[in-house]
Amino acid sequence: MADRSESKQGANGAPDGAPKRLDKPSPAGFFEGESMTRRNVLSVGVQAMGGIAVLAVALPAVGFAVAPLFDEEGDFWETVGPIEAFDAESYRSVVITAVPSIGEAGKTTAYVRRGSVDLEENENGYVAISTRCAHLGCPVRFVEAAGNFICPCHGGVYDFEGKVIGGPPVRPLDRFQTRLIDRRGEVRPDGSTPQAGDEVQLGPRFSVTSQLEPVRARDPGEFTGGIWEYLYPPRPSVPPPP
Amino acid sequence: MPKLPVPPPLRRPQKPGESNGGNGAGPVEVAKETGGDVVGWVDERTGATGFLTGMLYRKVPKGTNWFYTLGSATLFAFAAQAITGVFLAMYYTPSPTEGYESVQHITNDVFLGEFVRGMHKWGASVMIILIFLHMGRTFFFGAYKYPRELNWVIGVVLLILTLVMGLTGYLLPFDQRSFWATIVANNITATGPVVGPYLADFLRAGPEIGATTISRFYAIHMLLVPGLIIALIGAHLYLVVKLGTTAPPWLKADRPKSLRKTEVG
Repeated sequence: MADRSESKQGANGAPDGAPKRLDKPSPAGFFEGESMTRRNVLSVGVQAMGGIAVLAVALPAVGFAVAPLFDEEGDFWETVGPIEAFDAESYRSVVITAVPSIGEAGKTTAYVRRGSVDLEENENGYVAISTRCAHLGCPVRFVEAAGNFICPCHGGVYDFEGKVIGGPPVRPLDRFQTRLIDRRGEVRPDGSTPQAGDEVQLGPRFSVTSQLEPVRARDPGEFTGGIWEYLYPPRPSVPPPP
Repeated sequence: MPKLPVPPPLRRPQKPGESNGGNGAGPVEVAKETGGDVVGWVDERTGATGFLTGMLYRKVPKGTNWFYTLGSATLFAFAAQAITGVFLAMYYTPSPTEGYESVQHITNDVFLGEFVRGMHKWGASVMIILIFLHMGRTFFFGAYKYPRELNWVIGVVLLILTLVMGLTGYLLPFDQRSFWATIVANNITATGPVVGPYLADFLRAGPEIGATTISRFYAIHMLLVPGLIIALIGAHLYLVVKLGTTAPPWLKADRPKSLRKTEVG
């Protein structure tokens, strides 16, 4: 600001010999060597303190509300019955707990069968189909006579393997991971032959492509593959594919 | 502007002390003046009568008719929802295990519970219908045009907030219908590209409808959105009073004859 006050002095042109008076600060409020007026400093300071106070309250509150987005799903495995209870010809419905500790509302139905040689599946494996429709999440029902899964809400129809054969769904029905435990409660390694007394357990849900390739679990209505991978990004709350 | 019609018991007597033979106000008169004194005391400190006369006795255009009451009707519907909602909250439990039972308790056991719940439930539909009628009136009368565009925008935000109220309130009875309707609504939200899945996770408080989904919906339904609606209704009404209302479109502008002559057909 020094040059400004000089130019101001020159313009005023105080007469020679007259007692020299202190110049008015120019621009108003600025004194020699200052780049901000006191009023500016104080108002910026007060605004900044107010902003910090608001953020100190708002950020924890928002974080509190959005925290569940970043929770990782636990690794739930639930026993649904002995291996003898399931065959390869048809599904048997079992009730599992999708969300613990909220009573009936946390229960969901799954359809379980043994792997079928006709469908080129591992006959020692088990297939567990989720009842959540891939359109908007209504519960589908397996209709024995037709051998199809049918959704009551908007008419989605799936074949025996859960592939879409009619209606609005965008991908096959989701599945649950399966595994066997022996009598001692120990997990049988993949590919080993089941023994009498083994039990079937269902684990985390995963989605499948139209070729039944496993991918990470999606919400209903989400396509798999291609550009959809980016439009529906993976989230911490979604378990990885098997 | 006319004076506010203050009812007689609250009006200040014109000549104090008249009944006391000119000896000043007797105790009866002093007592009679109390109402007026109180109103006067408040008015002197708030200037409320000036504001109220300006608001209640503002000029309205010729041709104002019953269609112009739809906004007030919507406001009344909102007030009814707010009042019944507050009292429903006294008996309601936002919990996945007790929510349904508490609604059954309200409906079946609480005195007038079915009536109050019914008012809230049906009033919600009434409010949506009134909003759309009010919106239609504004649209077809051209009342959204300059300088009232901002009020139209506020009105649209109010409509969206009211629909959010409908969505969040639908889950609260926690019966089969509300459960599956909310699942479908959440999954529709999740199909939005990029942000959709995050928004759905935010609404559900996780990847599934869980223990805190219902309390989350309840907090949005009874605290967050009503606060926003009340604030925006304030802004909406302020602009109505400030800008005035429009005449119906079928009414021709009333011009002096001298001006009319200059119009060449």
